[in-house]
Amino acid sequence: MKFLLLALAVSFLAPTLAQAAPSGDWDMERFRPNLHDKPSLQRGAQLYMNYCWGCHSLDFQRYERTADFLEVPHEVFLDNLVFTDQAIGGLMENAMPREQAQNWFGAAPPDLTMVTRVRSETWVYNFLRAFYVDPLRPFGANNKVYPNIGMPHALIELQGVPNLVCAEVPANGRDALTGEAMTEERCDVIEVADGTGVMSAEEFDQAAYDITNFLYYVGEPTRVERERLGVYVILFLIVLLVLTKLLAREYHKAYH
Amino acid sequence: MEQQEAKKDTAWSRFMAWIDERMPVTETMQYHMTKYYAPKNLNFWYVFGVLSLVVLVNQIVTGIWLTMSYVPSGEEAFASVEYIMRDVEFGWLLRYMHSTGASAFFIVVYLHMFRGLMYGSYRKPRELLWLIGMAIFVVLMAEGFFGYLLPWGNMSFWGAQVIVSLVGAVPVIGPDLMEWVRGDFVMSEITLNRFFALHVIALPLVLVMLVFIHIIALHHVGSNNPDGIEIKKDKDENGIPKDGVPFHPYYTIGHDLPAIVIFLILFCGVVFFMPEMGGYFIEHPNFERADPLATPEHIAPVWYYTPFYAMLRAATFPLFGFDAKFLGLVVMGAAIAVPAVLPWLDRSPVKSIRYKGMYSKVMLGLFVVSFFILGYLGTIPAGPMATVLAQICTFVYFAYFILMPWYTRVERTKPVPERVTTR
Repeated sequence: MKFLLLALAVSFLAPTLAQAAPSGDWDMERFRPNLHDKPSLQRGAQLYMNYCWGCHSLDFQRYERTADFLEVPHEVFLDNLVFTDQAIGGLMENAMPREQAQNWFGAAPPDLTMVTRVRSETWVYNFLRAFYVDPLRPFGANNKVYPNIGMPHALIELQGVPNLVCAEVPANGRDALTGEAMTEERCDVIEVADGTGVMSAEEFDQAAYDITNFLYYVGEPTRVERERLGVYVILFLIVLLVLTKLLAREYHKAYH
Repeated sequence: MEQQEAKKDTAWSRFMAWIDERMPVTETMQYHMTKYYAPKNLNFWYVFGVLSLVVLVNQIVTGIWLTMSYVPSGEEAFASVEYIMRDVEFGWLLRYMHSTGASAFFIVVYLHMFRGLMYGSYRKPRELLWLIGMAIFVVLMAEGFFGYLLPWGNMSFWGAQVIVSLVGAVPVIGPDLMEWVRGDFVMSEITLNRFFALHVIALPLVLVMLVFIHIIALHHVGSNNPDGIEIKKDKDENGIPKDGVPFHPYYTIGHDLPAIVIFLILFCGVVFFMPEMGGYFIEHPNFERADPLATPEHIAPVWYYTPFYAMLRAATFPLFGFDAKFLGLVVMGAAIAVPAVLPWLDRSPVKSIRYKGMYSKVMLGLFVVSFFILGYLGTIPAGPMATVLAQICTFVYFAYFILMPWYTRVERTKPVPERVTTR
């Protein structure tokens, strides 16, 4: 019995650990979503609609639900974030023709409604921060998390130009004599050229956070409702358990 | 008390008398519930039968509502599932209850079967009961497989592709057979449509009928118990087993009801707080639409098939003129089917593990451990170490069955008490 429970626990934990594994030579920074941070979600929606949505539709999500959850009035949302003649109840589809997109990019840009559920929110957050200049790629950009990606660095005007440079980075272990942390020189460190972007490094990380947070919401818009309802359901069941246990005890007494 | 009530000339008793003259309602209730005597020493392990019934009802009810909004077409299926998740009132709840229910079904059924192995519930006179149960298990696996294609996610598509292609390993007729199963040269909308028909009509019907006769057979022979004693052999002057208690209300309310609530707490914990279960109950690539041109990085079946999938992959070498792929299929088929012959493999003079000898206990333990390891191995990509481990575990899995006639006969058993024991 104990073995069974242990084996179950191990098998359920295994995938959670696997998901956080680093990708390539990029150390994945864990993403902690916050669906109650409405300003973050609003900024995320604004950035997404302006920088991503032109190519990456959100085919399964509706404007109205998004506006309501983000606490943005419908008129404000329609005026500023809906770039087609869609009604507020419409799906967040873009106008990019799939076949032509395939010709332009080699593969049509995927719909990103559920990207955080396919790849995990941590992946998306790190991906957005892992672009670098690579003249060998057709769009001049490559990515540490998604090597040889077939898209340009869409946020380059915000981030600035991320070049690969040589730099001293922390390495494994400590110096045996001095006890100081070891470093090593690596020539694949991303460094943003000064003054090339409109955002500072912190601001850009925040922007990446906001976009990911927004996509995390879009991936499962019912999540907050699900967890809120879940608490009541479990509480009800616990009360029911007490009552049924008491009832069961009476029946046990009758037969012993 | 019951008889007094029956004698009272109330509107209700007259109504029931009218009914009973035309249909044996009261008699059936008594036969299956109030005068069905179950051993009084049934323990924790005996709730999983009832729980699988609870899950079956959950699957049927949520399934009906999902079908109302689901569109079984290549173009629409994936979008219609997201439509259910987002635009249908409480659609997300129905979908998560159904997807979690699928996994819950296998959890309770595996535990139910393990109970049978422990206490020898397959032994005479319950051979037929066991065989019907095995049929339920096989149909359930098929039901789960067909259902998994329906969301038309990328793992649905590729998982089904891998399993259907197994049929192609059958010598001579394989490729034609594969085409016949798919109804097309590739996995397509035609395949989706037939899987839909099988999942929502054909197999549920078979399943419900099998469950019905499973219960009929059970109530005819009576429940086994942790001591493996036949309580019907020791009856009092009224013909009631001395160690029996009426199933209703003693077990229904006194035992099963709280167990069902505990189960629901766990079930709802998953549904409301971790419906994907870390990618085990709903696999991550399945949130991407089926794409015949993009294979997921690693194709793994859902966890409840992985022990058998690992055994399939464990066959890596040709033998007797058959290629490895076909042998894998045979090994997997045999692994699923072999528990059916248990009633004729077990030669022990006692039924329950409580009174069996050391060999039986060790073998059952090894069997469970190998099943868990195989289950894990089936989820990870194949590698040389994993393959060797899978081969060892496959060997242990089959050894439990094949060696049973020997080890159950030679071991020293403990004496079985006259009456059931309650611990």
